[in-house]
Amino acid sequence: MLSTVLERVTKVVVDRLGVDESEVKPEASFREDLGADSLDVVELVMEFEDEFETEISDDDAEKIATVGDAVSYIKEKVGE
Amino acid sequence: MGRFDEKTAVVTGASRGIGRTVALRLASEGAKVVVNYSGSQEKAEAVVEEIRSAGGEAFAFQANVSDADQVKEMMDEAIKQFGSIDFLVNNAGITRDNLLMRMKEDEWDDVLAINLKGVFLCTKAVTRQMMRQRAGRIVNLASVVGVVGNAGQANYVAAKAGVIGLTKTTAKELAARNILVNAVAPGFITTDMTDELGEEMKEQLLSTIPLGKLGSAEDVAGTVAFLLSDEAKYITGQTINVDGGMVM
Ligand SMILES: NC(=O)c1ccc[n+]([C@@H]2O[C@H](COP(=O)([O-])OP(=O)(O)OC[C@H]3O[C@@H](n4cnc5c(N)ncnc54)[C@H](OP(=O)(O)O)[C@@H]3O)[C@@H](O)[C@H]2O)c1
Repeated sequence: MLSTVLERVTKVVVDRLGVDESEVKPEASFREDLGADSLDVVELVMEFEDEFETEISDDDAEKIATVGDAVSYIKEKVGE
Repeated sequence: MGRFDEKTAVVTGASRGIGRTVALRLASEGAKVVVNYSGSQEKAEAVVEEIRSAGGEAFAFQANVSDADQVKEMMDEAIKQFGSIDFLVNNAGITRDNLLMRMKEDEWDDVLAINLKGVFLCTKAVTRQMMRQRAGRIVNLASVVGVVGNAGQANYVAAKAGVIGLTKTTAKELAARNILVNAVAPGFITTDMTDELGEEMKEQLLSTIPLGKLGSAEDVAGTVAFLLSDEAKYITGQTINVDGGMVM
């Protein structure tokens, strides 16, 4: 069973930030709502790269602030 | 059996001088080493040969530290061959001395590009890997002149002072990920870089060194090795002068 992009993003966020799954909503901001510091966000992006086997440039990474940003960016990038 | 068994290191500017001695030292204590160079291929290969014949592991890699693409290729190759990068020693450096009034723009630019931007690029290129590892050590070669200034070396001193500031900032940014960043500031060490000095200049220099002699590359390498070792696990953001007491 293939899980959806949202499910996989949620898992990465839960594992990395130690937050509850229920908090990981599309509108949730990594820094404002999920308690990430700027270095955590850099690491999250690295883990998204690993999880989805893609490269996210520094410029693109700067635009990823919320769970929804990550999901839509990745969907577009990996063509789902 | 050495204290760096299973560890992997990238040493920039390891074909000659201090970098060469650092590479040999780390390898002799068990580390696998990337011997970076820019022009001296034969000398770099000789360093690799020396490490291998002593039973160690190493390869040479040509990369200009001021070129982001070449730096990235080198770090990618290090990870590919060794599987990790535990240590980065930012040692590559040049001098283009001149009085400020006579200093040409390209003398300024070349020194800043290699001695300061090079440290930034190499550091940036390994942080991703070190963050993943949740461990890493970076040692930057500064210079005591970066602390006290030196007539005729505006470019070099600015770059080395920059390295000290960069060391502190990198140390703060990466501390939470268990990446320790320190600098070693040599005084006058006998290498190609200081062999260019005239006898008179050397005499004058000696009178400013309390210990009364020039240092050796081994003196610097020993301090670098200390900062990479377990004994230094509570030290970050520091600059250690290895200068016979010149600057206190
Ligand atoms: N010697 C001293 O008294 C002294 C004092 C204070 C600080 N330091 C610092 O210690 C470090 C080493 O000095 P050293 O005396 O050993 O110098 P050195 O004998 O002149 O050797 C310099 C090394 O840097 C490499 N290099 C130069 N430009 C490069 C580039 N663009 N990319 C990659 N590698 C490059 C050279 O490689 P190639 O030959 O292949 O070009 C060589 O291996 C420098 O950062 C220097 O500023 C030295």
